[in-house]
Amino acid sequence: MGIKLKALTKSPWVYHLSTGSCNNCDIEILDCLTPRYDLERLGIVLVGSPRHADALLVTGNMTMKCMKRAKEVYDQMPKPGVVIAVGTCALGHGVFEGSYVMPKTVDEVLPVDIYIPGCPPKPEGIIAGVAKLLEMLKQKA
Amino acid sequence: MSEIIPIGPYHPLQEEPEFFRLHVEGEKVVKLEIELGYNHRGIEKLAETKSWDQVVFLVERICGICSTSHPAASTNAMEDLGGIEAPERAQYIRTIICELERIHSHLLWLGLAGHFIGYNTVWMWVWKYREIVCDLLDKITGNRQSYAMFKVGGVRRDILEDDIPWIRASMDKLKPVLDLFKGAVMDDPVIRARTRGVGILTNEMAKQYCVVGPTARPSGVAIDVRKDDPYFAYGMVDFDIVVLEEGDVFAKAVCRILEMYESVKIIEQCIDKMKPGIIDLKIKELPAGEGIGRAEAPRGEVYHYCLSDGSNFPARYKVRAPSYTNIASNEVACVGETVADAALVLAAVDPCYCCTERLVVVDHDNRREQVLQGNTLIQLSHERTKQIRKELGV
Repeated sequence: MGIKLKALTKSPWVYHLSTGSCNNCDIEILDCLTPRYDLERLGIVLVGSPRHADALLVTGNMTMKCMKRAKEVYDQMPKPGVVIAVGTCALGHGVFEGSYVMPKTVDEVLPVDIYIPGCPPKPEGIIAGVAKLLEMLKQKA
Repeated sequence: MSEIIPIGPYHPLQEEPEFFRLHVEGEKVVKLEIELGYNHRGIEKLAETKSWDQVVFLVERICGICSTSHPAASTNAMEDLGGIEAPERAQYIRTIICELERIHSHLLWLGLAGHFIGYNTVWMWVWKYREIVCDLLDKITGNRQSYAMFKVGGVRRDILEDDIPWIRASMDKLKPVLDLFKGAVMDDPVIRARTRGVGILTNEMAKQYCVVGPTARPSGVAIDVRKDDPYFAYGMVDFDIVVLEEGDVFAKAVCRILEMYESVKIIEQCIDKMKPGIIDLKIKELPAGEGIGRAEAPRGEVYHYCLSDGSNFPARYKVRAPSYTNIASNEVACVGETVADAALVLAAVDPCYCCTERLVVVDHDNRREQVLQGNTLIQLSHERTKQIRKELGV
């Protein structure tokens, strides 16, 4: 496991999974990739398939219809992989607390490794969160 | 023999989750089925448990990109219910925020469209200059998205006098950028070849499907709430609505670019005309009754309805977002196009679907199911652009 985790810290490929979010966090994640913030300088690339991914960036409430799909996507991701919950909705339910379609939070469905709060978190916040995660993984490895 | 290509519900670039089933014969799309509901969060029911002030925050989170349009329609509905007229300065501030959001949303779409046809440079450039608008919103409202500016009877924050020269300078910075993108989209032979005559939505079909906003206007339907039913300060400023005839993806892109010029014009006029004054009426209660509110979101008309029994909470709240009708029009716009163009056509109405993309090819005759990687559609689209480039010798 040690060497696999170490490999993960070099250049983590990220798959973006939105489970019923309002787009806010999603556009901020995309913003991280564009010239001003440029996550690629840290070796982080957004990929189009969970099969290529080392990390899942989960945004939004876990709605009932998305739950099954989210589990499928998580199963497709090669292990060891990390799950990052982005935004207030993914942490708890935020303003949607008490709705009839979202009985579970993200961390009840997927094993979340790190939480990035904010509605939406600023790109700087997302980058800081991912950098902290890499630090954590390096110590584990 | 027709094959089915399901798209979604998870997609790497577009936002909310939606599920499309493309029925294809060879390369041609013959039918499209649409399945929605992955993003259903029960907002209308939830609104009944929130106080009037909280409802504005809740509807702000319907869509992050239109996070001003929903509060705009919502405050319009509540002010209609209470017979309230917000102060003039508040109206101007609201208009400025709405138009800034329109620019940011259209730039965002342009970037994504660039990515779809394989021009990642367009994506990176557009999003680089989108930061000008994001900075403005950050400075004025305190947040890059979800501005929380609107409330019944006014706005929450004032625009400081010190900020005004800076806002003007930012607008001046934006104009050459818009010229740049106008040139990039209108003069580029490849983009032209790739989008001209693709995904045509005829005037008749546009009316039949009741499409709104920048999906309807390129098809020759002059519909814009800002002109038809002026709210906020739109009645006090001078602007044109952009109406084109072709109805294809190219017209949709051009319409959005030209609209951004109008938005810049509106913001500049608002700054000129704004006078010092109060920004909030501090409304405490809303009477019993019902109210409707309309607003022109970047994607079209947003409609909100609220019913009050005189208590602190709405008795019923109803939202109609523009994407809902616009997405349905894909049923006709997609048919007859190739699979490579379908991604572009689906994206051209600027729908809000934000999930992961998966793609399964089901061959009815062989009963073969094949799960393709998520970005295959985009890949197909990129290959087509390359092919066109070769043909044109660019």
